[in-house]
Amino acid sequence: MLDVQGLNKAFGGLRAVRDIDASFERGKITAIIGPNGAGKTTFFNLVAGAIRPTSGRILLKGEEMTGLRADLIARRGVARTFQTTALFDHASVLDNLIVGHRLRTRSGFWDALIGSGRLAAEERECRRKAEEALDFVGLSHIGNRLAADVSQDERKRIAFALALTTEPELLLADEPAGGVNPDETNGLAALMRKIVATGVTLILIEHKMRMVMELADKIIVLDHGEKIADGTPQDIRSHQRVIDAYLGADHAAAH
Amino acid sequence: MVIFFQQVLNGLTVGSVYALVALGLTLVYGILHVPNFSHGALYMIGAYAAFFAVNSLGANYWLAMLAAAAVAAIMGVVSERLVFARLKDAPPMHDMIAAIALLLFFEAAVQAYWGAEFHRLAPPFPQIVRAFSLTAPAQRLLIIAAAFGLMLALHLFLNRTWIGSTIIATAQNRQGAALVGIDPAFVSTLTFAISGAIAGVAAVLFAPINLISPTMGDLVITKAFVIIILGGMGSVGGAILGGLIIGFAESFGAFYISTDYKDIIAFALLILILSLRPQGLFPQGAR
Amino acid sequence: MSVRLAITALAIGLALVFPFIAPNDYYLSVMALVYVNALAALGLNLTAGYTGQLNLAHGGFVAIGAYTVGLLTVDYGTPFWIAFALSGVVAAGLGFFVGLLSLRLKGHYFAIFTLCVGSVITLLIEKWDSLTHGVVGVIGIPAPPGLGPIRFDTSIGQYYLVLAFLLLGLFVMRRIVDSLVGRTFVAIRNSEDLAEALGIDLMRNKILAFVISTFYAGVSGALYAGYVRFLGPDIAGVSRTFDLLSASVLGGLGTLTGPVVGTIIVAWLTQYLQFLQDYRMVVFGPLLILALILFPRGIVGSLELWAARRKAMAEPRAPQAAPLAGASENA
Ligand SMILES: Nc1ncnc2c1ncn2[C@@H]1O[C@H](COP(=O)(O)OP(=O)(O)O)[C@@H](O)[C@H]1O
Ligand SMILES: [Mg+2]
Repeated sequence: MLDVQGLNKAFGGLRAVRDIDASFERGKITAIIGPNGAGKTTFFNLVAGAIRPTSGRILLKGEEMTGLRADLIARRGVARTFQTTALFDHASVLDNLIVGHRLRTRSGFWDALIGSGRLAAEERECRRKAEEALDFVGLSHIGNRLAADVSQDERKRIAFALALTTEPELLLADEPAGGVNPDETNGLAALMRKIVATGVTLILIEHKMRMVMELADKIIVLDHGEKIADGTPQDIRSHQRVIDAYLGADHAAAH
Repeated sequence: MVIFFQQVLNGLTVGSVYALVALGLTLVYGILHVPNFSHGALYMIGAYAAFFAVNSLGANYWLAMLAAAAVAAIMGVVSERLVFARLKDAPPMHDMIAAIALLLFFEAAVQAYWGAEFHRLAPPFPQIVRAFSLTAPAQRLLIIAAAFGLMLALHLFLNRTWIGSTIIATAQNRQGAALVGIDPAFVSTLTFAISGAIAGVAAVLFAPINLISPTMGDLVITKAFVIIILGGMGSVGGAILGGLIIGFAESFGAFYISTDYKDIIAFALLILILSLRPQGLFPQGAR
Repeated sequence: MSVRLAITALAIGLALVFPFIAPNDYYLSVMALVYVNALAALGLNLTAGYTGQLNLAHGGFVAIGAYTVGLLTVDYGTPFWIAFALSGVVAAGLGFFVGLLSLRLKGHYFAIFTLCVGSVITLLIEKWDSLTHGVVGVIGIPAPPGLGPIRFDTSIGQYYLVLAFLLLGLFVMRRIVDSLVGRTFVAIRNSEDLAEALGIDLMRNKILAFVISTFYAGVSGALYAGYVRFLGPDIAGVSRTFDLLSASVLGGLGTLTGPVVGTIIVAWLTQYLQFLQDYRMVVFGPLLILALILFPRGIVGSLELWAARRKAMAEPRAPQAAPLAGASENA
């Protein structure tokens, strides 16, 4: 599905991502783990086209997409959720989701001006997609609620719903279970399984190791921008450098 | 040769005044991340404070300069406490709109008291200095000397004192001040005071060769924005360098191109540079 | 919904009968200028309110529309309506190029850049005497000639002319902001990063908003030129942009009718504070800052938020609470 080759990103002197080679299989869940500042989000930013790599290649389904603008990459079927989702707080949840399907529509200014049939049809389609996605994540009952009034868990689900309205083939989820309680974490894990069951390929960044171990088919470990290990959850559990990196991180965090 | 020297002198004079105004602006931007459009009003208020001190209180030029610094600093602090501090969590555009409201408020208030007409501040040294075949009004030399003196003092303050380095730390990282145990609110108030004081002094330096009016800050502040974009928003060194670049571009442009359009030169430069490099000349700020 | 419809009908009805209930022509001219400014504010609101880009050169684009009419009719003998039709196009055309340069810049940089663009427009009008008449201004602009039986050289005719353009402007704006196109703009205001990740072409949409907005500015300027029939460089100034902006903030940035409501309120406040003349900013400045701090969403924005909350409350509570939703996923 996704292949990256020799990917590098430097911010001034800081090499946030170094020489990463990796491939991500269709329909599988790959988790990216690593201590804070390891370059995980930067890796997502590169794949999603939010920033350009310093060097290296990114291939989606074998097609070159290095250096493509983020919106064009989204159109090719790559969606993402952010560490914090910037919802428009003063609109309803459903209103927040309707624009998600915009990239699959073609109406522009002139359609709006004359009130074209195409626009009306596309607006219905966007609304239907939004409702469908909301239903999929189990939140159809809060469609009218203001986004400002939703809980943290609901916010995380809305982020997934928004990503789903773009009809992605590849979904990048950045800490989807950050800041929610253990019960809700299980709920979100179930949601991610459900998403993958529809044929979507999922890459997630996550700190909650229990969830990662249960969910992921494959794990990639980053540290200081480098890939220090990859493999199945079993492989990773016993990997010495991973244990070191994490112990180091825990050690640092304790201070 | 003489003409060339004249332009260099003009460029240095104007450039150092711009640099002083831009310095305060860039400091405030670094701390608050608000483009303080009302900074030009602090400059203007400084000039009027000095004018009032000289003409109504009979103060001499130097006392008037002190008064200007104090009044502009106080106005800066008042706007920070009463307005910007209260808009920290407002929607992103609101602080900019409030800054413009402050600018127009200060201008209207000054105009209500002193009227819209131009005023003049007498120079402390009206002499002309002669050396070899070159001549220079003493006031211009004073501006250059004082401006660079002030920049040096500010540099030493920011880099050699504990409180100054807190300002720098806060500019680089909002939590910087909190980490070393200083109230961030105090840092921003102090920054507003310093930037106001510098603007006040700049106005009093420049006023004897320029006129005083309620809108005298408008063009200066707009150019100061050009300067800090050129120099990198939040960068002290960039503000000084940018100020001099604009100063020279204007004095040579006025001479070789047209006096009428000299005020446009700065903006043309900005448009050109931002078209080529959207993040300015020195994006990360060459501090 | 029907409440909204009733208010709309009432407001339009009031505007239509206003000439017959206004005590004299002075009131009529005040309202006509309000409509002209409201049209410009509508445009400003599309970029600042809906798309989140603070354009401080908006007054400059109003001036460009006004000068297009003023110069073409006075210096080049162009028929008024042809000059009028060109005004929006010229402003929008220039808006396209300015947008192309400036909209790549984010947030503060964009605001500062447009502030500079506004300064350039003002300076050019002041200094380019041979084209613009400089500080002397453009005098003797003709009133809009009548179309068929309708005449616009009376104050009632002018009133209905500008009202018609404001209503048309509102109608078009409503179509835009209520459509997917408007939702796209709002997504950009909300978060550019998120919008881009959702496949929205930022540049294309920001430029579209900017061009529409400057078109509104141009038409408003043209109406102004035909109404006041004299132009000076001051109409391009930042304080004009600021008047439009503060009216929009008071009424509610990012709401359809907020700019119109705000412009009307500011105009009547100005009437009451007329003794202040040039110093009205002494009162308005602090007033606006207070409004920014206390009512950041403006009048219409606060009402809409209140209505949305009520609607959300009225919704029947879900039969199942959130944890159950998780369970249903295993089905
Ligand atoms: N836009 C940026 N500019 C400069 N440095 C950045 C930028 N984005 C991330 N970094 C730096 O890159 C490193 C990796 O960051 P990130 O990818 O966010 O880490 P993670 O998500 O693994 O916690 C950090 O040191 C961070 O400060
Ligand atoms: Mg991260």
